[in-house]
Amino acid sequence: MAVKSNLKNMALCLTMVCLVCSAILAVVYAVTYDPIQAAEKKALEESIGRVLPDGGVLSDVATAEFDGKTYDYYVSTANGAPAAYAVKSTTIGFGGPLSLMVGVLPDGTVYNTSVLSHSETPGLGAKCNTDTKFMDQWKGLGPDKVIKVTKDGGDIDAITASTITSRAYSLAVSNAVAFVKSIVKAEEE
Amino acid sequence: MSKWSTFTDGFVKNNPTFVLVLGMCPTLATTTSAMNGLEMGLATLFVLVLSNIVISLLAPVVPDKVHIPVYIVVIATFVTVLQFIMQAYTPDAYKTLGLFIPLIVVNCIVLGRAEAFANKHGVLDSLLDGIGVGLGFTVSLTVIGIVREILGSGSVFGWKFIPGDGILAFVMAPGAFMVLGYLMVLFNKYLKKS
Repeated sequence: MAVKSNLKNMALCLTMVCLVCSAILAVVYAVTYDPIQAAEKKALEESIGRVLPDGGVLSDVATAEFDGKTYDYYVSTANGAPAAYAVKSTTIGFGGPLSLMVGVLPDGTVYNTSVLSHSETPGLGAKCNTDTKFMDQWKGLGPDKVIKVTKDGGDIDAITASTITSRAYSLAVSNAVAFVKSIVKAEEE
Repeated sequence: MSKWSTFTDGFVKNNPTFVLVLGMCPTLATTTSAMNGLEMGLATLFVLVLSNIVISLLAPVVPDKVHIPVYIVVIATFVTVLQFIMQAYTPDAYKTLGLFIPLIVVNCIVLGRAEAFANKHGVLDSLLDGIGVGLGFTVSLTVIGIVREILGSGSVFGWKFIPGDGILAFVMAPGAFMVLGYLMVLFNKYLKKS
């Protein structure tokens, strides 16, 4: 069936196959580039929309450093003043990085949170994305609350059997709140 | 061998999951729910059909000593194409299946069918074989996913009909092995008539 191999036809064959394949990939990449960007943008905008109050005008992404970490954040402006901040905050959970979008009001109140990506255990830590009891307690969490799980002396009820995930989630939120406080302070000065 | 049996062999006689026991990595890892199993199966079906067609066309002109590298390049190309398409049009499915999409390159079923079938047969037979084996894989993964989702989450395709948390073990790896093992027993007892 197959052709007898010699150096010339092997090199020629591999070169041709690789060339054609690269060309196909280049075309597909070019065709799907815009839809991929659009899909990523849509996912990001949806997550920001979920954690911020309605009605503000959203800024472009800004980056700032705080406490040795770099944060991406978006400012929602209403009536000429910043009304809320959406901060992308990442900590290490049980199975890897846990990335959240946290909406914070200028006074330090958490408006809402949403999970951007996680690698937590299905059925345990992954519930941080589906357990309404856990997710709802972040809505409107006041600045007087301690953002730690109750086991550590805070005000957050952890997900059953997922203390490490809950701790990572709390840390990500409290980092975001501290970050927003530092921005608000810097703007006032 | 008739065209019809070429097509149906992938379902029962050469079922990739329960008989050939190939591609166990995505089978065990992605079948946490019926939907995930179905999506993974369809993704593999897409690559399998296209790579079978192209390899059956290339086989007569490829020198023997480089045939494996050539097949792998062809398979990897289709997997990357699939990745771009999924990222663009089904970003949620792409996010759930994650790493297991690029891993289709090293899925034994795809290279296995190329080596065992496509390079010895014509385009039409290879196409039928690709669809048959691909659908066999898809159905197997979906069935494993359905069983694991019912036991582990009390739902099917996201439709919850048993309240509560379900048996957690079936969502995690040990449950995957158990479900696969029992389904393999049932499959071989009732369907595979040797």
